[in-house]
Amino acid sequence: MDKNLDRLNVYASRLISQKEYFVPGHRACQGCAEALALRLVAKALGRNNVIASATGCMEIVSSPLPLTSWNVPWIHVAFENAAAVASGIEAGLKVLMRKGRIPPKRINVMAMAGDGGTSDIGLQALSGAMERGHDFIYVCFDNEAYMNTGIQRSSSTPFGASTTTSPAGSVVPGQTTWKKNMPEIAVAHNIPYVATACSSYPFDLMEKVKKAAAIEGPAYIHILSVCPTGWRLPPQMAIHAGRLAVETGMFPLYEVEQGRYHLNIDLSELRPIEEYLKIQGRFRHLTPEMIEQIQQRVGEEYEKLKKKVRMTNEGQE
Amino acid sequence: MATRVGMEVSIAAAEAVKQANVDVIAAYPITPQTHIVEHLSEVVNNGELDAEFIPVESEHSAMSVCTGSSAAGARSFTCTSSQGLALMSEIVYITSSLRLPILMLLANRSLSGPLSIWNDHTDVMSIRDCGWIQVFVENGQEVYDHVFIGYRVAEDRNVLLPFMVNLDGFVLTHVIEPIEFLDQEIVDRYLPPYQPKYSLHPDHPVTMGAFATPALYTETKKAQTESLTEAMPYVLKAWQEFGDMTGRYYHPVETYKTEGAKVVLVTQGSLSETATLAIDSLQGAGEPVGLVKIRLWRPFPFEEFKEAVAGADLVVVMDRAISYGGPGGPLASEIRSALYAQEKRPRIVNFIAGIAGRDVAPEDFVHMIQQAQERPGEWYELYGVRE
Amino acid sequence: MAKPEHEITWKELNVGCVIDEPGNAAAYRTGDWRSQRPVYNKDRCIRCGTCYIFCPDMAIKILADGYIEHDLYYCKGCGICVEECPTDAITMVDEEE
Ligand SMILES: Cc1ncc(C[n+]2csc(CCOP(=O)(O)OP(=O)(O)O)c2C)c(N)n1
Ligand code: SF4
Ligand code: SF4
Ligand code: SF4
Repeated sequence: MDKNLDRLNVYASRLISQKEYFVPGHRACQGCAEALALRLVAKALGRNNVIASATGCMEIVSSPLPLTSWNVPWIHVAFENAAAVASGIEAGLKVLMRKGRIPPKRINVMAMAGDGGTSDIGLQALSGAMERGHDFIYVCFDNEAYMNTGIQRSSSTPFGASTTTSPAGSVVPGQTTWKKNMPEIAVAHNIPYVATACSSYPFDLMEKVKKAAAIEGPAYIHILSVCPTGWRLPPQMAIHAGRLAVETGMFPLYEVEQGRYHLNIDLSELRPIEEYLKIQGRFRHLTPEMIEQIQQRVGEEYEKLKKKVRMTNEGQE
Repeated sequence: MATRVGMEVSIAAAEAVKQANVDVIAAYPITPQTHIVEHLSEVVNNGELDAEFIPVESEHSAMSVCTGSSAAGARSFTCTSSQGLALMSEIVYITSSLRLPILMLLANRSLSGPLSIWNDHTDVMSIRDCGWIQVFVENGQEVYDHVFIGYRVAEDRNVLLPFMVNLDGFVLTHVIEPIEFLDQEIVDRYLPPYQPKYSLHPDHPVTMGAFATPALYTETKKAQTESLTEAMPYVLKAWQEFGDMTGRYYHPVETYKTEGAKVVLVTQGSLSETATLAIDSLQGAGEPVGLVKIRLWRPFPFEEFKEAVAGADLVVVMDRAISYGGPGGPLASEIRSALYAQEKRPRIVNFIAGIAGRDVAPEDFVHMIQQAQERPGEWYELYGVRE
Repeated sequence: MAKPEHEITWKELNVGCVIDEPGNAAAYRTGDWRSQRPVYNKDRCIRCGTCYIFCPDMAIKILADGYIEHDLYYCKGCGICVEECPTDAITMVDEEE
């Protein structure tokens, strides 16, 4: 009954606003759960929001001149600088309000980028913005490769995955490195809020976004965004795949609030990762040994995370 | 009224930024621009200027922050030099396409490698086609004045383009010069607060930086290049009004003793002052030699330039950058194409000199002119290189 | 609605190519991409809204009475709503010519 595991919130869909700030008519592929994640983020943030976007799939699908999918102010400048552009917007709005040139009002500033735009080329700008303490939300839409340019590997591509620059060859079987732990890098900046999320858990995701918006200072949300095209997965399976990523422990959902870790879905028993891997073409070539290697690593990482939860909550209720 | 103070040019530049009531400053230190940023952080931290000073982690982010803040409607400032410009250049091109009126002071310095912190124009020439309005200044007063003029032009609803002021590193940034300060009320009258046409605010959602397919890209570029050529009258107007207010008039092309000159020397930036000494001594010896200084580099003042050299048989262009494997220096290339269609075209000789701080004395200019007169044909040469 | 891109002249572009009609991409029909179409069986629907929340293309509306409606102008036919509906109230059928 895995299909119904996330039915705790049945009927909650009807309670949320039907207003969209990222509107239909966007050109994401069929079943793109990155577009879904973006839709949910925009919905959670609502109207009082300004967005700085990096180059990438979500930028391209939403802004072909003269059309825009955006109902909120939105700017795209380049690939690696969304966090810096957002820093400028935040500083600009702040000083204009302080100088009385625009009316005072709480406006969220959000930066959005893919995993490439975040954990590779945009890491420096993001680190700078988090360290300087701008009051903004950074959302990384992690589809685990450079999808916009044709599924090249990134530092966020998981071990073993076949991409166009880490192809499953006869000698090298796909990506040879482990996924960079980007949320942990954000945590290391001692910012007030870090969370992971996935569009297969829409209410959890939206709650985190709202929390991030309410917090003063930088907030970082890392969203696993299933990409049927790049993962070689039937589009209707996108939500299912995200759920399996969480239930196998490949992508745990957690928050780090003022340094304290909290697992949102604490699984007493993880599903075997094979269930997750076998539905995706990018892992089709994996040998049982590699699967075992991944299984072991996932278990270790999950234990590490649980330990952090225990350690940072010691002595607390 | 105006007060005259002896001051390091970098400090005067920062004081001008303060008087311009800039909202957001984002900059990253690099020699020889450092004194400007340092003084600005002081001015902000001492509460003399109500601005957000963003100590970014790179020049790429400096320009990106300014892009964001300018798009939000804030008057935004940055300054850099050489490697910093090279690092931010990706975004420099984008800000002009977004039509954001950012002001940048560029303390001109040689581009690596080899690494050099000294002055020439290789940095600015590397981004010649970035779509910004670009001016060269000669002395501290001109730097100070052009902070106000720059914003005035850039923020004009008929212009809306970023504005770059080129000032020579060290020879300008680090010298003490007498600066005539403007009264604040005069500045405020000349430079009212920035009223953006579009800005990022939830009350009027706009999309900026959408991509264009080949079906529309050409039109976006036509609009952009027109915006730069059409900026010319507004630059002239801002200079005129500034002159009427201060008595200091600026022009796209400025001439020194060119009446009746058969030979014209062409320069840009602070070496122009040195060049005037050479002109004086040559004229003293009866040589019909004059000087033409190119102040406005983009949009290029073709008509004004042609007029300035109309009587010349020989034009000697001094470049401070080189186009490797190309036709010499970028200034000379521009001048050749400006004059190409003339029925009677002067002979053009190009010297590349003063690279990475190599001294150019008045005698060097005299020597260049003599060499150009003696050796026929059109050619270029790296002046003073040891063979 | 914005003019088609190949008809826009350079003079018609806003300063900086700013788009000042928010959400005007909503005029773009993504329904043409579809090869299969979702068919809704209201009788089976328990009005949970799951299909609505998971549609990446905002192609499902929740009606006042809690039942849903597909918007075939946008629906790309990904099949997520079919897969995620807990009561199998939606099925996919091939688009006819
Ligand atoms: C400086 C620079 N380098 C490379 C590119 C090409 N490029 C554009 S988007 C992209 C990949 C985007 O990947 P990611 O950030 O993961 O986002 P996704 O498209 O997967 O959502 C690349 C490599 C670029 N636009 N700019
Ligand atoms: S390539 Fe992947 S992330 Fe990009 S639009 Fe298509 S499905 Fe979405
Ligand atoms: S098939 Fe896909 S696009 Fe169409 S309504 Fe269902 S979920 Fe939305
Ligand atoms: S998911 Fe199924 S049961 Fe729930 S509202 Fe949609 S059609 Fe009805």
